[in-house]
Amino acid sequence: MKTVYLDNNATTKVAPEVIEVMMPYFSELYGNPSSMHTFGGQVGRKIQAAREQAAELLGANPEEIIFTSCGTESDNTAIRSALTTQPDKKHIIISRVEHPAIRALCAHLAPQGYRITELPVDKNGVLDLENLDKALTPDTAIVSLMWGNNETGVIFPVEEAAHLAHEKGVLFHTDAVQAAGKIPINMKNNVIDMLSISGHKLHAPKGIGVLYVRRGTKFAPFLIGGHQEKERRGGTENTAGIIGLGKACELAAGNLKKENEGVRRLRDKLERELLARIPQSRVNGDTANRLPNTTNISFEYIEGEAILLLMNELGICASSGSACTSGSLQPSHVLRAMGVPFTMAHGSVRFSLSVYNTEDEIDFVIDKMPAIIARLRAMSPFWNQEGQSCAAQ
Amino acid sequence: MWDYTDKVKEHFLNPRNVGEIENPDGVAEVGSMACGDALKLTFKLDENKRISDAKFKTFGCASAIASSSALTEIIKGMTVEEALKVTNQDIAKYLGGLPDEKMHCSVLGKQALEKAIENYQGAPPIEAGAKIICECFGVTDKEIERAVRENNLTTVEDVTNYTKAGGGCGLCHDAIAQIIEQVKAEPKKEEKPRLTNLQKIKLIEETIDREIRPSLRQDGGDIDIIDIIGDRVLVATRGACATCKAADITLKHFVEHRLREMVSPQITVEEVSK
Repeated sequence: MKTVYLDNNATTKVAPEVIEVMMPYFSELYGNPSSMHTFGGQVGRKIQAAREQAAELLGANPEEIIFTSCGTESDNTAIRSALTTQPDKKHIIISRVEHPAIRALCAHLAPQGYRITELPVDKNGVLDLENLDKALTPDTAIVSLMWGNNETGVIFPVEEAAHLAHEKGVLFHTDAVQAAGKIPINMKNNVIDMLSISGHKLHAPKGIGVLYVRRGTKFAPFLIGGHQEKERRGGTENTAGIIGLGKACELAAGNLKKENEGVRRLRDKLERELLARIPQSRVNGDTANRLPNTTNISFEYIEGEAILLLMNELGICASSGSACTSGSLQPSHVLRAMGVPFTMAHGSVRFSLSVYNTEDEIDFVIDKMPAIIARLRAMSPFWNQEGQSCAAQ
Repeated sequence: MWDYTDKVKEHFLNPRNVGEIENPDGVAEVGSMACGDALKLTFKLDENKRISDAKFKTFGCASAIASSSALTEIIKGMTVEEALKVTNQDIAKYLGGLPDEKMHCSVLGKQALEKAIENYQGAPPIEAGAKIICECFGVTDKEIERAVRENNLTTVEDVTNYTKAGGGCGLCHDAIAQIIEQVKAEPKKEEKPRLTNLQKIKLIEETIDREIRPSLRQDGGDIDIIDIIGDRVLVATRGACATCKAADITLKHFVEHRLREMVSPQITVEEVSK
């Protein structure tokens, strides 16, 4: 069975070009970049080249790039650095729809004497910057708002938000794990202090991430150890991962146009056709201001896990915000923050595309989804009660 | 990804008895769309007062659909009295087990069955004296007590997995912990009626035949009853069991445990020389 992979916000395929450049660093080029000898030192030079590639994607300077193990480490490092370097400030501002790497960290910090403000979003997942302005206090250590939401794709106005924070002398961090490579990012045109990205969301392997730290920003490392990364992140470098990420960043920069034209067109087609063919379905999130690869659609009267498993039978991979897929009893915190009714949230499916998806794959999904939804609705006690039938199959 | 058994997957992909029976003898709706699963159960009795047909409609995940399908298969052919004895464990067992986090799917089936039978018997639909403990999911103290008792639950997390209670705002966690303590403090009732010797011997034989021998045979072993003296069951192991170093453990932990559960807590199993 062919796999149709529409779960690229969860993770992505490693690009063949990325694998190719990584391979030597698993075998013959195993030297430690910190070594005195040429054998190791030559790897150090490759890492520098990767740093330049990553900086290029972000419009940053290479020395502003710190390689980490993942997006979560980058997020944790940024928040903890802001708290460590400003020990008198005890207030953190985030949003209600942040990734667990931020939310769970803040929940962990709260009992240690930190005050957390979670900014609300409206029914489309949109942030009102006025709320940020009101929440900023002299005690605020850092504001952390995600650039693009992993579940809905909604884009936050982080560049404006960073200005607001700076007006009050507050540091600003953004989790750009979903945004990097999908929308243009240029750190020369904004005042964001710190930014996280993750390799495996942009066709590099798992286990590698980046924390961008603007030059001049006070910084305290999270991992204390050797002098690696200019003493900003201890631990021998994941050389193959770093070199792979560099290549992936270079590819992503070259693919930005494709993401915003080809991928966007396929995403729009998928969304348009599913809404047209399946009654009682709707999109979650602000469609006007969204990552080009993501659509989150609710199919009412049925439950997401069951949808995913029937899709799975056909080799179609996606995600759901339903409670049952997470093991918790509540549907996705993002959809709840948007006030999506539980009845809609349980039946939500997130489709996230990549440049590797083809028109044929999208047509296949468009063709198969109506029957999957109809089959589950025929089993649902709520479907007929509403006086509706599964039409248009 | 959930670790579902093949049986769960099979019942999810090919659910039995989907639909609603017209003019049913018993009907119940439990759960709600808000809490993520809901089940409507209908059944009909034949002239001998046995359940001749049962159908379901379920809103929920794969295991909720599979549990509903299993429930309808289990109760077909039963009398109402027999059906009342079906537990959520029976539903889970029929499916080869459910992940812990999904046990509430089997509880939902049990609740639907009870309510449908109450509906048939014309009893009031709400349990008398029950009080809502979990406001988020509308779970009563009686429901929590029963789940704790029947499944030997010891933590609030367990209760949440089985009943959903406490899975929302979390305000009821203390109340749930109290219920667990109460149930723990209950004196263990002598559940098994006293048996005559003949009844006991018959029950031991039946239990070994039905519950024990099939799993031993799967591993190429077997067991014979040599004698039963009071509560002592003298057995001989055969086949692979006779040469197996772990046979002692099997006898104590499996054979004796099962006999104590099914027959009497005083039973001891002893192996006689081969």
